[in-house]
Amino acid sequence: MGRVLPAVTCAAMLAALYLVFMVVPTEQQMGIVQRIFYFHVSSAWMAFIGFFLVAGASAVYLWNGSRAADRLAEAAAEVGVLFCSLVLVTGPIWARPIWGVWWTWDPRLTMTVILWAIYVSYLMLRAFGGADEAVNRYAAVLGIIGVLDIPIIMVSVRLLRGMHPAVITRNEGGSGLVDPWMRIALLVSAVALVLLGSWLMQLRARMGRLGEEMAALRREEEARHGEVA
Amino acid sequence: MRGALVIFRKDLSIEWRTREGVSSVLVLGLLLLVVLTVAHDAPPEAAPALAPSVLWATFLFTGLLGVQRGFLLERENDCLAGLLVSPIDPAAIYVGKLSANVALLAVMQLFVVPLVGLFLHLDLMPVLPALLIVLALGNFGFAALATLFAAISVRVRAREVMLPLLLLPLLVPLLIGTVSATRSVLAGGLALATDAVTVLVAFDVIFAVAGWLLFAYVVRD
Repeated sequence: MGRVLPAVTCAAMLAALYLVFMVVPTEQQMGIVQRIFYFHVSSAWMAFIGFFLVAGASAVYLWNGSRAADRLAEAAAEVGVLFCSLVLVTGPIWARPIWGVWWTWDPRLTMTVILWAIYVSYLMLRAFGGADEAVNRYAAVLGIIGVLDIPIIMVSVRLLRGMHPAVITRNEGGSGLVDPWMRIALLVSAVALVLLGSWLMQLRARMGRLGEEMAALRREEEARHGEVA
Repeated sequence: MRGALVIFRKDLSIEWRTREGVSSVLVLGLLLLVVLTVAHDAPPEAAPALAPSVLWATFLFTGLLGVQRGFLLERENDCLAGLLVSPIDPAAIYVGKLSANVALLAVMQLFVVPLVGLFLHLDLMPVLPALLIVLALGNFGFAALATLFAAISVRVRAREVMLPLLLLPLLVPLLIGTVSATRSVLAGGLALATDAVTVLVAFDVIFAVAGWLLFAYVVRD
C-alpha cells in the first residue's frame, strides 16, 4: 500500500494532464482558459471529501477516543483546506477572462470561501489552542458542526444573486461538456486528485503519529534524566 | 429541566445585580450602530436600504462580546469546575446558558432595533410582528452556536480571538438568512421571506440539537 498509492497517483496525474492538454478539444466560446475547469472541479470534489472525512473521523474520535481517528481528522482538514485553496485560486484565473472580474459574491463562490474559512479556523484552533488534550476534543466538535453547516450554507447562498455556470447538472451559464473526451478528462482528473489527496492524507496522518511517538520518547527521556538528577 | 432553570436563574440574577453585561452590550451596540451608519454615510433616501445589514452586523459583533462574557465569569474562582461537579447534566447546563444568552441578546435587540429605525429613517411599527419573528429566530440561532463555542473559547489559549475566529464563518448562513428575511419583511411582510425563514428555522433546529448533544464533550474533563 505504501508504494502502490504514490505510483498510481503519479500515473493518474500524468494521464489527466495528457487528456486535459493534448486530447480534449478547445472549448469554442471560452477558449483555452476553459481547460482549468478539469482541475478546478476535481479539487472542489476532493475538498468536500476531506471535509466530510473530518466530520466522520471527529465523530469516531468523540465516541471512542481513538488517536488514529483524531490524526485522520487533522490530516483530512489540512488536505481539505489545501484543495479548497486550489479551487479558490483556479476559479478567479478562469473568471477574470470570462466574467471580467476576479471575484464576485455568487452563491458558489460565497459557499466555497465560507467553507474554506471554517476549516482554516479549525486548523487555527488546533495550532494555537494550546497543547492540552482537550483541544483535540474541541476540534472534533468543530469538525462535526462544520459539516452540519454545509447544507445550510448551500441553501442560504441561494438567497444571493448568482451567475456561476452549473456545467454538470444543468446547462445554464456554461456551454456544458459537449465533447465526450471532456467528460472522460473530468473523470480522470477527479480520480487523479482524489488519489493525490488520499496519499497526502496518509502521509500527514503518519507524520502526526511519528510526532506523537517523538513526544512520548522525549517525555520518557526527561523522566529518566529526572531520576538520575 | 430543573437544572437548566437553576442555571438560567443564576445567570440572570448575577446579571441583575451587576448589570455589567447588559450595560456594556448596550453601549457597544450603540457605538457599532454609530460606526456603521457613519461609515456608510448614505443620503437620507438610501438609508432605509442599509437597515438589515447594519442591524445584523451590529447584532453579531455585540452578541459575540455578550456571550463570551457569560463564560468568562464562570472562569473566575473556577466556577465552571463547580458547575460540572454539581448534580446537573451538561445538556441542562447548555440549555440554561443558552436561555440566559437568548434573554441577554433579546434585551440588546430591544434597544438596538428602535435605534436602527431612528438612525436610518424607518417606521418599524407596521412590520413589527413579522420583524419580531425574524429577530427571535436570529437571536436563537446565534445563541445556539455561540453558547457552545464560548464554552470552548474560554478554555483554550488565545481565547480573545478564538471565539470570533471559530464562530463568524459558521454564522455566515445565519447572517445571509436574517439579512434577507429582514429585507423582505421591510419590503412587505413575512410572505416574501419564506425561503429565508426556512433557512433560519433549519439553522436554529440543527444547531440547538447539535449544541445540546455536543456540549457534554466540550465541558467534560
